[in-house]
Amino acid sequence: MSWIAIRMLFGDPVKFLGILFGITFSTLLMSQQVAIFVGILTRTASQILDVRDADIWVMDRFTRFIDEAPGLPEQDLYRVRSIQGVGSAVKLSYGLVPARLDHGGFRTVLLLGLDDPTLTGAPTRFFMGDVESLRLPDAVVLDKAGYTYLFPNEDFQLWREFEINERRAVLVGIAETSPPFTSLPVAFTRYSLAEKYNPGGRNKMTYILARPAQGVSVVEACKNIEDETSRSTRPLIALARKDFAWKTVQYFLKSTGIPVNFGITIALGFLVGVAIAGQTFYLFTLENIRQFGALKAMGVDNLRLVGMIMLQAFVVGFSGYGIGIGLTALFFESTSGVVALSGLGLFPELLVLVGVAEAVIVTLSSLLSIRKVLILEPAMVFR
Amino acid sequence: MYAAKCESLVKDFQSGNGFQRVLFGIDLVIPFGKITLLAGPSGCGKTTILSILAGLLDPTSGNAEVLGKDIGWMRGRQKVAFRGKNIGFVFQQYNLLPALTACENVAVPLVILGQARSKAIELARQTLVKVGLEDKMDSIPKNLSGGQQQRVAIARALVHQPRLLLCDEPTAALDAASGHTVMELLREVALVPERAVVIVTHDNRVYSFGDRMIRIADGRVEQTLEDPSSFTAKVF
Repeated sequence: MSWIAIRMLFGDPVKFLGILFGITFSTLLMSQQVAIFVGILTRTASQILDVRDADIWVMDRFTRFIDEAPGLPEQDLYRVRSIQGVGSAVKLSYGLVPARLDHGGFRTVLLLGLDDPTLTGAPTRFFMGDVESLRLPDAVVLDKAGYTYLFPNEDFQLWREFEINERRAVLVGIAETSPPFTSLPVAFTRYSLAEKYNPGGRNKMTYILARPAQGVSVVEACKNIEDETSRSTRPLIALARKDFAWKTVQYFLKSTGIPVNFGITIALGFLVGVAIAGQTFYLFTLENIRQFGALKAMGVDNLRLVGMIMLQAFVVGFSGYGIGIGLTALFFESTSGVVALSGLGLFPELLVLVGVAEAVIVTLSSLLSIRKVLILEPAMVFR
Repeated sequence: MYAAKCESLVKDFQSGNGFQRVLFGIDLVIPFGKITLLAGPSGCGKTTILSILAGLLDPTSGNAEVLGKDIGWMRGRQKVAFRGKNIGFVFQQYNLLPALTACENVAVPLVILGQARSKAIELARQTLVKVGLEDKMDSIPKNLSGGQQQRVAIARALVHQPRLLLCDEPTAALDAASGHTVMELLREVALVPERAVVIVTHDNRVYSFGDRMIRIADGRVEQTLEDPSSFTAKVF
């Protein structure tokens, strides 16, 4: 009976395209919005996730997210280094500084000051230049997107000079890093230089990046740091990379209107899918009700009729899902050159999530039709 | 030997808060090898009798025995399977599946019975040849005339060799010539000794094709005529 169900479905191209449109539209809307939502939230923690050479972030106990951390005194670094289970610990400064350009304009730059000897937290992928160039005088590395913010419509070029807080900065590398939440250029320099670029305040160190000692797990090392410092007047918290990233994401989830706005759009996509697909599919069933009645009279039982309707629903649902995901992929592919959208795209969990949502949509859409066919009196074919 | 038999058949339909009785103790017999006409004015209950014989409606009381089984009290899938195997239907409005070709439409009852699609299509082709539609095998219903669609419906009703063929006003939607052709075809192709044919009609042009006639009026059997010459028939 499957081929009969499929032929019935394709036999009414207008209705078929109507249902297909509903599913495709909702898939496109949901997948694109979820991808952008997740992408933007991930960006809030991208500077944390980009640091691959230290597993532990140590910070002031009142830190709520990466951009809001008070400075730590230098002795905290030595306290952490002395704790059992900590293999190494280095300092990191993190803050916003003004950058002035040749033409007189300026942009605010997110400046990361890296530990001078080890350069822990430096980018790993370079578009131009290399990490060792950071050891040169006044050396600064910019992220690729940041370069286009600072030097719009200009070719990529190293050894350009500009000013950070009225001090000379020389561009020695362009790195391919994850874009930050805000559209700010991200600059990397040595810690000692960052102190000069960002002179305000006594405590320049914002975070301590640590690694556990050989044979000690990250969780254990974090616990040791928190336990040891909790007895002092200045307790610190230590979080694994992913935990700190999640803490930052949670802050933005709870404290901004981003989830609500995206949630509304995603819910609308779902509702539009249910409404269009459900209504059109129901009309399709209604128009074929005599044929379903005839099939029932000729010996097709309810179970097989439900199977036929579910097959029709899932064929159109799967087709719409495929086209919708294809269109979303096309959107992200075609906008991959747009700096504001770079790094956003589909990911496997999203495909599963939207697939489940579409399965719910087609199931809900087919329920009315199934009910109609189940209560259909086959004797109606004689009327 | 009879194909179907009704005894004291009563059928009530719910109407508002009460019930409306449409059959008042019908007694009738449908023999094999004959075309039995159920005739009478609109609303007299003849389609209700057909629906009960088909197992599409349950009687309120009384017995409806079809091919030796009490179909009125058969339940669920058993009844559906019995209907699919033993009964063929010809509907007034054809009820062909518009997306399927003539050949595929005819194959549907075989597919319902679990026949492989290719084998069902082969048998459907042979049946369509019998009803004279060998040149319309791959046409979809909307490209066929009303008479041709009814011939496809007859082929569909016969393809699985049912022992009881139930026809509901098979000529009502057709012009006189097409109706005549369809009735001739039913006599020629459908009527075999091991099959009973029941035709519900209020079209007196059909009377001349029947072997016997049961006249229904106001939910009761008014008259059973066994002699075709006694039918008040006007020919096409």
